[in-house]
Amino acid sequence: MALPKYTETRYKVWHYSYLFICACVFIFLIAPLFVIFPLSFNAEEFLVFSEGMKNLDPDAFSLRWYKDMIYGTKNPWGLAAKNSFIIAIFATIGSIILGTLAALGLSSRYMPYKGIIMATLISPMIVPLIISGVAIFFFMAKAGLAATHTGIVLAHIILGTPFVVITVTATLTGFDHSVTRAASSLGSNPVNTFMKITLPLILPGVISGGLFAFVTSFDEVVVVLFLAGLENTTIPIQMWTGLREQLSPTILAVATCLIILSTLILVSAELLRRRSERLRGINR
Amino acid sequence: MSSETQQILTTDGIPLSVSLKKAERKNKIKAFLLVVPLLLFLIITYILPIGDMFMRSIDDKMVTNMLPKTFTAMEKWDGKEMPPEEVFAGFYSDFKILVQNKEHGKLAQRLNKEKNGFNSIIKKLFRQVQRNKIDEGQSIKEQIMKVHKRWRDVEYWQAIKRTAPPYTTAKYLKGMDMYYGPDGNIMQVEEDRRIHRILWLRTLEIAFFVTLFSFLMGYPIAHLLATLPMKYSNLLMICVLLPFWTSLLVRTASWMILLQQQGIVNDFFVMIGLVADDNRPEMMYNKVGTYVAMTQILLPFMVLPLYSVMKTISPSLMRAGKSLGGTPFIAFWKIYFPLTIPGIGAGCLLVFILAIGYYITPALVGGASGTLISNQIAYHMKTTLDWSFASAMGLMLLTGVLVVYWVYNKLVGVDNIKLG
Repeated sequence: MALPKYTETRYKVWHYSYLFICACVFIFLIAPLFVIFPLSFNAEEFLVFSEGMKNLDPDAFSLRWYKDMIYGTKNPWGLAAKNSFIIAIFATIGSIILGTLAALGLSSRYMPYKGIIMATLISPMIVPLIISGVAIFFFMAKAGLAATHTGIVLAHIILGTPFVVITVTATLTGFDHSVTRAASSLGSNPVNTFMKITLPLILPGVISGGLFAFVTSFDEVVVVLFLAGLENTTIPIQMWTGLREQLSPTILAVATCLIILSTLILVSAELLRRRSERLRGINR
Repeated sequence: MSSETQQILTTDGIPLSVSLKKAERKNKIKAFLLVVPLLLFLIITYILPIGDMFMRSIDDKMVTNMLPKTFTAMEKWDGKEMPPEEVFAGFYSDFKILVQNKEHGKLAQRLNKEKNGFNSIIKKLFRQVQRNKIDEGQSIKEQIMKVHKRWRDVEYWQAIKRTAPPYTTAKYLKGMDMYYGPDGNIMQVEEDRRIHRILWLRTLEIAFFVTLFSFLMGYPIAHLLATLPMKYSNLLMICVLLPFWTSLLVRTASWMILLQQQGIVNDFFVMIGLVADDNRPEMMYNKVGTYVAMTQILLPFMVLPLYSVMKTISPSLMRAGKSLGGTPFIAFWKIYFPLTIPGIGAGCLLVFILAIGYYITPALVGGASGTLISNQIAYHMKTTLDWSFASAMGLMLLTGVLVVYWVYNKLVGVDNIKLG
């Protein structure tokens, strides 16, 4: 942002201090993530930069904690990762199906009681997690689903659907309903119309809602803390126990993997958003 | 007759308006059926359990079910002088059943909470009943009153009477550090034991300041992102989106590393000479840690709605303001700022609501002075197992959140929440 030549000095000063403040905030946001990378390659057990690391001595770096994460004895990360992925995948599928159907209904102009139903459907996003956790725990305990994978998947579907409902409803606001009418008038049945016309057009919204649901489930710890038994441990649960007891470098190795995963998700979400805007004809 | 002939008919001979209404109703039902699966699922697994929380929080049926005959007899008692013989007889027959079922201990525990001293006198009575010392042919009132002098004290009988109603608001009072006194009026807990009020105030304080800090930091960068050319702003947007998508626990872990006493932030302070090396300040396990970590974690929720609103504001508005003689500051304050208010509202609401129910980060970096009301709820759920109290506090918190949400809806409108 170049300033015009005629800018007065005090505005120049103000402008550069504004840029400086912005830079500081960006560093505040992103820097903590980058601390984890080098420390996860630490050869020593301490969570500070050793002298060797500061001098870039190759001996001070090692893959020790990554090996520990994968092969370490008594290390729960393998089971936790397996559980996390299974739970997140099923929760995402459930959220997508229920959420997309509901969004299709909600965007119909014939939908009665739209306001109150929308409020109910997105309530799990507004209610503080700890309260959702208590309520869901009471339900699962009564239904005999506490400490089961099914129970956790259902809980994560509850927390994930609001995201799908919101993103798909947003995609459907720019949706041209004459294309589905055209399909119907050409003799297509409703299911066929949905699969061949509607779904491909709203797919970016569905997938980005699904990504939100996946991340919500994959990162969820409050509700799982109430629900999980020893068998259902997940990555967030293991990190939570690890951070409470002792911060070990193995956790940093796991954290690095999670950051890489979130980068992948960010890139796909961003690509999807652009594709969706292109499909809906929104030019920037 | 004439009105009928004027009606437009469809090919089946049905009036068009009727036919249209029918089609519309069909469409309504179709739309509603699509929503039904999710709605039912949420009602069963989520909305009703929140109702269940409410029932648990006011539930006080235990004693009501344990002493049915006593309470029936007590209905005729004025509650001022010693109860009549029937009350004692009813209590004795209820108590015998409790002894048979070995439930007198539970009763003693619950009554002892109502008034201290019940534990020992119920134990005494239990021994008398066990040894069959009480002769049912004679006055039971006289015999029970002989067991211990407290059975002769009308205050203890009044305490039993207070436990009669099956529902109680006592847990809600406890959440505000209050309780029911002996004559049923509301009393305050002694000043040095009012822990819950401290927690409520601290939760509000932390949520408020985290919202404020996020706003002060989020506004400038959202503005920069919205005004920079696309190729730069897309790159900088990553700085906001990457933390947004990264696990909460990962970010908390990185703050734990940064803020520890030998951590990088302290190293930096020592390097620039702000603090002495042997006098490094404690920045974790207190409020500082909670503020810093929570602000960073919640900042994207402030920036994203602000950005999406600022993006829609045309830069020519500011130019027009300046060309009409406003200084940049006046143009900003009178034109730009008012236009961003929906974004500010959405961002502040999101951050405040998320902060007020925060649990994980305060529990890890907060220490004792950084714990919030959610930590207390989790503590009662998992450790003391006082689920009814946890439910009561959860619902108080929920009420607070709903009030904030309602006020926001009145002021700004909920439709402004966008997710990137």
